[in-house]
Amino acid sequence: MPKKHQLSKDRLVWMFTQMVRIREFEEAVKRAFIEHPGVIRGHAHLGDGAEASIVGSLSTRNKTDLAMPSYRCHGYPIVLGTPLRKMMAEVFGRKDGLCKGFGGSMHLADPAHHFPGTSGIIGQSIAHATGAALTAQVKKTGQVVYCFFGDGASKQGAFFESVNMAAVWKLPIVYVLENNQYQAYTHFSLEDANAVAGDPLSKKAAAFSIPGVTVDGTDPVAVHKAVSKAADRARAGKGPSLVETKFYRLSAHGNVITVPPLPTQFPEHEAVAVYGNKKEFAQWKAKDPVVKFRSRLIKTRALTEANAKRIEDAARAEVKDAVEFALASPLPAPEEAVNYVYA
Amino acid sequence: MPQLTYLEAIRQGIWEEMERDPTVFCIGEDIGIYGGAFKVTDGFIDRFGPERVIDTPIAESAIVGAAFGASLTGMRPVAEFQFMDFLPCAFNQIVNMVAKAHYRWGAPAPLVIRGPSGGNVHGGPFHSQNPEMWFVHAPGLKVVCPASAYDAKGLIKASIRDNNPVIFFEHKYLYRRIKEEVPAEDYVVPLGKARLAREGRDLSVITYAAMVYVALEAAEILAKEGIQLEIIDLRTLSPLDREAIAQTVRKTNKVILLHEDVRTGGIAGEIAAIINEEAFDDLDGPIVRITAQDSPVPFSPPQEEYFLPKVSDVVREARRLHAY
Repeated sequence: MPKKHQLSKDRLVWMFTQMVRIREFEEAVKRAFIEHPGVIRGHAHLGDGAEASIVGSLSTRNKTDLAMPSYRCHGYPIVLGTPLRKMMAEVFGRKDGLCKGFGGSMHLADPAHHFPGTSGIIGQSIAHATGAALTAQVKKTGQVVYCFFGDGASKQGAFFESVNMAAVWKLPIVYVLENNQYQAYTHFSLEDANAVAGDPLSKKAAAFSIPGVTVDGTDPVAVHKAVSKAADRARAGKGPSLVETKFYRLSAHGNVITVPPLPTQFPEHEAVAVYGNKKEFAQWKAKDPVVKFRSRLIKTRALTEANAKRIEDAARAEVKDAVEFALASPLPAPEEAVNYVYA
Repeated sequence: MPQLTYLEAIRQGIWEEMERDPTVFCIGEDIGIYGGAFKVTDGFIDRFGPERVIDTPIAESAIVGAAFGASLTGMRPVAEFQFMDFLPCAFNQIVNMVAKAHYRWGAPAPLVIRGPSGGNVHGGPFHSQNPEMWFVHAPGLKVVCPASAYDAKGLIKASIRDNNPVIFFEHKYLYRRIKEEVPAEDYVVPLGKARLAREGRDLSVITYAAMVYVALEAAEILAKEGIQLEIIDLRTLSPLDREAIAQTVRKTNKVILLHEDVRTGGIAGEIAAIINEEAFDDLDGPIVRITAQDSPVPFSPPQEEYFLPKVSDVVREARRLHAY
């Protein structure tokens, strides 16, 4: 009998596959700024570096559980089964996108795949996820809500107000604080009270008398274990937990919004561009979660080199198809701009 | 005279005020080491140090609340918002606390809340709005929306020196697009005074911010047809220059109200009421509104273009009104 939360070989390979799909998708979005200049307008924020946190967390969910992240939202629906074609079309602002081209990169939503919506303004979705957990509790659906947000968002009033409520009401929710070490352009050591004191950010949980744990966010198995425990607790009606997954965002905060006709551009990572700290970036790049997990699976014989390559080729082909689909999709009709203001 | 962009003019204005008055300081997200999302405060931290160019957590309510507290105790904070679309994150602090301070206990609250607003950059619904009217509707606040680089510098300096809280909307479409001669020396543009952006005899366009340029472009086209537009740039929405509004209507007798903000509840409705009160007998035609449509700002570029007022809208409506 496998131990509870023990991951089977198939499950590990599934996790690796999802991580690769996320990475390929994010790299394609980033490349689009060069290969298809001007196609992505607005802000696009990438989750490369977050793959272990996303997949490790979502690998613990039951099939109707919900995921509600922030505006850095591409990775989650990929794991939940949203077609990449519709995602890329939305990132490109096209008619066949998830939101008909009305939302763009930051506002993906796919309720049919348990992805009820995101928010382009930092921290706000923490409250929305809390409300979704309230629905689950009131309607006794048995669902757990996975609420993802960044280190920057954890300084918003919405965070403190929401977690307190969830703790009081024992809501079925897991707060995954994805500490990617930069609040937009500022390093977290300059803006977080726990960090300044040398403590992990999960210490915030103590203020609400709920469990708080910090885990290596570059290791999907470690994330899986920590989030499993939190999800079990939520499912048992014991209320929320805070899991800090600590990793490193491998791309810059997002593209620079430019005034047309200047195409949008994707800058260098803040560590290098703002702080001139090439060493920091290189150190974390060496801990790339996708690369690390790949070699671990090969070393433990969960995966062969040939299989790994097959998975990567398939993901690349899937993403290429998504980009082609998105490019072929028309922009939404101008006169439809004011069509959906009211339900 | 040096040529400055709209952005550089704002930057110079804040810089000069910080040089002039040690109680002036900047506070906001990523404004120090990074130099601000749009680089308005780039280099400030090197000149003025981290105690006067303060990087904050992402905590808008506390940024405004703390700026307010500092303003009550002798400082003159200039708080940056990365996008003015995020002002609602601090709405209670702004409209209840800050706006009503002087009314409640007579204390001046000399703080400026500034940042980029406006569309035409395909920023989508949370990075393109024109939320000025939320604050025009809160007595106690002043609301400033410069169009030119000259005004941007003079108005930011006046705003910092004002003893009332000022919400200062910088149009991001103009940041690097507008470049003009700006005096290197100290000057202020008084709050509450409109500017004659173009003189004309046939009909008036009353507008502000980026739409001033839409009106100017339309005026060039119409001038070739013999229609002379007069363009009033309001500069400040609160207080509103009622006299300048009445004066231009008395002169041309026909008026178009143009703004990038959505139609319902936009300043055009308020100005129409002022014209009704001040210059009703001088009107020779209906007051015409040209505004964005009543919708969130669309993300898709062709939809945003459809949503925003255009030069062609002004030309069409001006011809119609001229023939009325």
